Amino acid sequence: MSGSITAGTALRTAAVPTRLSYPPWRVLAAGIVWLVLAGLTLQLPEAGDFPRTAVFAQGSAAIGLALLPLGLLAGRLGTFGARLRHWSPWLAAIAVVLLTWELVTAKFDLLPMPFFPPPQAILEVFLDDWPKLGGSTLNSLILLAGGYAFGAGLGFVLGVAIGTSKAVGYWAHPVLRFVGPLPATAWLPLAFFVFPSSWSASTFLVALATGFPVTVLTWSGVAGVNKAYFDVARTLGASRSFLILRVAIPAALPHVFVGLFMGLGGSFAVLVVAEMLGVKSGLGWYLQWAQGWAAYANMYAALIVMALMCSSLITLLFRLRDRLLAWQKGLVQW
Amino acid sequence: MVAATRERPAVQAVGARLSVEAVSHAFDIRGTPLPVLDRVSLAVEPGGFVALLGPSGCGKSTLLRLVAGLEPPDQGLITVDGDLVEGPDPSRLLVFQDPTLYPWRTVRGNVALGLEAQGVGRATRAARIDQALGLVGLAGFADAYPHQLSGGMAQRAALARALVNEPRLLLLDEPLGKLDALTRLAMQAELLRLWEEKRFTAVLVTHDVEEALILAERVIVLGDRPAAIRAELPVDAPYPRHRDDPDLVRLRRTILEILGQTT
Repeated sequence: MSGSITAGTALRTAAVPTRLSYPPWRVLAAGIVWLVLAGLTLQLPEAGDFPRTAVFAQGSAAIGLALLPLGLLAGRLGTFGARLRHWSPWLAAIAVVLLTWELVTAKFDLLPMPFFPPPQAILEVFLDDWPKLGGSTLNSLILLAGGYAFGAGLGFVLGVAIGTSKAVGYWAHPVLRFVGPLPATAWLPLAFFVFPSSWSASTFLVALATGFPVTVLTWSGVAGVNKAYFDVARTLGASRSFLILRVAIPAALPHVFVGLFMGLGGSFAVLVVAEMLGVKSGLGWYLQWAQGWAAYANMYAALIVMALMCSSLITLLFRLRDRLLAWQKGLVQW
Repeated sequence: MVAATRERPAVQAVGARLSVEAVSHAFDIRGTPLPVLDRVSLAVEPGGFVALLGPSGCGKSTLLRLVAGLEPPDQGLITVDGDLVEGPDPSRLLVFQDPTLYPWRTVRGNVALGLEAQGVGRATRAARIDQALGLVGLAGFADAYPHQLSGGMAQRAALARALVNEPRLLLLDEPLGKLDALTRLAMQAELLRLWEEKRFTAVLVTHDVEEALILAERVIVLGDRPAAIRAELPVDAPYPRHRDDPDLVRLRRTILEILGQTT
């Protein structure tokens, strides 16, 4: 919980990072590291049989070769050049990590093999098993989207209702306090036999994990609205619905987004657990399946896809927030 | 109101007549009542400008909130043009010490607030907002957000937000209290110009004796909490007034003596 709270406060702190601008030769150097990776991957003998070694080396070579002219021209490529220069140390670092990984696994066999596959084995999964991996991602996304939309929508409405109506607050508050802090995963065994399908059970669990933080933060946002804002609107002739829709909700929106952010994090956790234990599809299920078959390369591939998916969804949420809360100062750059 | 039957000249006064009769009010502080107003009575002519002067925390602001209709008084009657004040109404507007602009709305959006709440159509709205922004000299800042404005500009925006509704009674709760000295002087002149142009009735709460004397036709001095009226002094000097006008200097000394500040 404390991690989420720090993230919540960080959402509101002012951060003005300046873009580091490295000289163009750094881009060139990064390209050379990628070429070294390609060369060593091709030249050194392998400890096992990896069908995709050549493709991996070719890909690395292509990146290295692309970076060479870009490095020479980086000073004249405008924003793209500046971005490339900014990320050049990372580009080099990725190549160094891949090379180290390649050497300790495929080349010198220093790590126990089935558990630590080389990069080309993971590439192989992406190239050969992408229909199953892609399908699993899609299934995860559909399940997550349904549950998240349901939970966030309901949580938002409930939060606003608790914050603006004494009667709703009277009845909802104790229930929320008693049931809300329960981890959504604790409902799992119950959910899977109460709900008619594992899909509806998982949607319920994801909605629950999302709904609690969204409800609490929307409510606290509405409760914390400057009372003078209401006085202003009341003297100007505002109706009750105007006070809720045009004053309380926009004023609470920064809090609502903290709730949506925390809810999204919680929903990832529940999604994966639900897919591992009940649902017969999705990335969580793919992970479980890969482990069952000792297909560790598939597991790493699924983890990479999952990281990409979660990160992209959070990016999407932050973009939405930046659009809606453009009036706020000092938004965190995600 | 029965008492004030004095004939007004034929000038069309848009200002409302305000009457406060024997109003007492108390706050509830953890079950114990804390009296803030003690049988306060005052009357303001349509189009008049009255200043309420008193030590801070004496209950001046509470009186304005009661007149605005944000709270009902415990005792006494408040009428505007003879009608009992029973709740807030856009014809009686408060301007607070803090501009309290909505940070999520642009200046234009903030000024639009009252018209939106009253359901005025979009087309009429735009014209009236432009007019109000022009009136306070913010025409170029319509699309700025509140955090981009200086204190004086924000208070101008708050004035425009009130004036766009054509209020008949403007209640000013230390509207210049948080501004720096120079902006304050400029805004005093601005307030006076707006009042002379729009002829609304103005009630200004302030603890700045000089400000009261520069702006108001009549100064009402309130005592410590619970506030009761200590004195009522007409200020007859013609507008625009000068701070070093000997009459005003004399009045200033009198008021300070009433407030117990003999120097």
